[in-house]
Amino acid sequence: MAEKYLMKGNEALAEAAIRAGIDGYFGYPITPQSEVLEYFSKWLPRKGIAYVQAESEVSAINMVYGAGGCGKRIMTSTSSPGFSLMQEGVSYIACAQIPCVLVNVQRGGPGLGTIQPSQGDYFQAVKGGGHGDYRLIVLTPNSVQETADMVYKAFDLSEKYLNPVLILSDGALGQMMEAVEFKEDYKKPQFDSTWASNGGVSKRGKPVQITSLFIEPERMEAKNNELQAKYKKIEENEVDYELYHMEDAEVGFIAYGLSSRIAKKAVDLAREQGLKVGLIRPKTVWPFPTKIINEYSKKVKAYLSIEMSVGQMIEDVKLAVECKIPVEHYGKTGGIVLSTDEIIAKAKKMLGK
Amino acid sequence: MSDTITKNGQEFEVVWKKPNLQKKDMHYCPGCAHGTLEKLIQEVIDEKGIQDRIIGVAPVGCAVFAYDYINCDFQEAAHGRACALATGISRVLPDHAVFTIQGDGDLASIGLAETLHACNRGENIAVFFYNNAIYGMTGGQMAPTTLPGQVTASSPDGRDVKLSGMPLKVADIVKDFDGTCFVTRQAANNAVNVRKLKKAIEKAIDNSLNKRGTSFVELVGNCPSGWKMTPVDSYKWWEENMMKFYPLGDLKTEGGIK
Repeated sequence: MAEKYLMKGNEALAEAAIRAGIDGYFGYPITPQSEVLEYFSKWLPRKGIAYVQAESEVSAINMVYGAGGCGKRIMTSTSSPGFSLMQEGVSYIACAQIPCVLVNVQRGGPGLGTIQPSQGDYFQAVKGGGHGDYRLIVLTPNSVQETADMVYKAFDLSEKYLNPVLILSDGALGQMMEAVEFKEDYKKPQFDSTWASNGGVSKRGKPVQITSLFIEPERMEAKNNELQAKYKKIEENEVDYELYHMEDAEVGFIAYGLSSRIAKKAVDLAREQGLKVGLIRPKTVWPFPTKIINEYSKKVKAYLSIEMSVGQMIEDVKLAVECKIPVEHYGKTGGIVLSTDEIIAKAKKMLGK
Repeated sequence: MSDTITKNGQEFEVVWKKPNLQKKDMHYCPGCAHGTLEKLIQEVIDEKGIQDRIIGVAPVGCAVFAYDYINCDFQEAAHGRACALATGISRVLPDHAVFTIQGDGDLASIGLAETLHACNRGENIAVFFYNNAIYGMTGGQMAPTTLPGQVTASSPDGRDVKLSGMPLKVADIVKDFDGTCFVTRQAANNAVNVRKLKKAIEKAIDNSLNKRGTSFVELVGNCPSGWKMTPVDSYKWWEENMMKFYPLGDLKTEGGIK
């Protein structure tokens, strides 16, 4: 059996990346993410792996672009305001189809906001954030263990689809300590890096051009079509979610990340009171589990979208439901933790009890 | 230089070979020195035989299509971020030479932070800085390097230094960093200066390959289109004004963080 460690979510994330064979990390300190950078600053130079504390998040994401463009396993991490700064680079990386792993340990906004946990960056994560028609694959862990597991998955998916993958964490998941085990049987999948700029001109017979510039309208449209075809494939293959007591549920909770832990507890407590509620937990918010939410909308009376925001994911839930049943929102901002009592009270009201 | 070719039964010594540029017509305006810079970089790559050991980074600006001309692997950066990309590349491919080509808007304005920090860290890269005191690609607006009184599309009455400050001399800043090992200003207005520029390119790429720190080669250049001049007039203005404000020569020939 694998050894068990007691670690912060942020530390487990960095350790998992090292075990997944990271080739380079470029980042900038920001609360509540800094432990990721600190962990790498200790271990990567000792192992002879590339590590730079950049002068800004703008620079960090562009270092990721450069190093990722060489076909290496590259990561950066930040928190909300820092992720806003990175959006320019993320758009370029998505268009140039550079595999890399991005981490946003979300804090409350808008603006400088608060250093407390939040899920207010959902729109930015799944709807774009930067300019142009692009998508990130967005993984949403809800524990320290899952944070670590999703790092391996994130690298693998980014290389499989040549697409940036975002791990959407939050200040609580990053800071809290839990027991974690690291995979002992992980093997890096085969990865064809002939597209990468690594100096193999004579072998390839031509130079590689990593670019997101397509001046001619037809070439730009062809690039967009190519990206959309890839995104469609990702939507077909990579949706991931967990169902909890949905079999006979009359109200379905929908929650990801930290909120899903509280929602799960609320399901247990509500069922003790005889309320038939269940939970659909997206483990990927892009691609979003639209199909399963649509299917259950034929069985449940209503959905309650539970987020640490004023209501962002609820828009995707509503799209999935296609106006068949009511969809309501429960959330808090500012880092105030969601309350199981309030969730249950809301569920009761929705059930007319 | 011992290459020979045989023609009509007679052996000739090769004194000059066409650089192995990609087969694509350059888009540069008549009289512009950008093409000279890229041709010289190609000559150095050819002569050193390092096509497989060098990665270029193109900017946003007139050299944006450098990857269509120079025959090596290339990455195209966002505006100003070339030195950050070059840092990322150089850190994961330490045995490769890495170079950027950047204009004055890219390097001295929007990308100044990335440029200064890369130089200060002593990244093993060669920075080729084409300074023509104007935003060429966007139609001739004022740059941080625009000379006092110089008329541009966004300084129609001439650069007012009270409003916009004095031109930024980036080479003078980075020469004082321990991370830089070679800082020089060159031009390409005549054959002598072109040869000197090539020597500087050779040295900079050699420094990058041998991990000696950051080389900063400023090409004090011209921009006939942006300056709204004929190529001939632009050469005159180049020599009389640009080279006076940005004097040519080496600012630093040794350094780097040991």
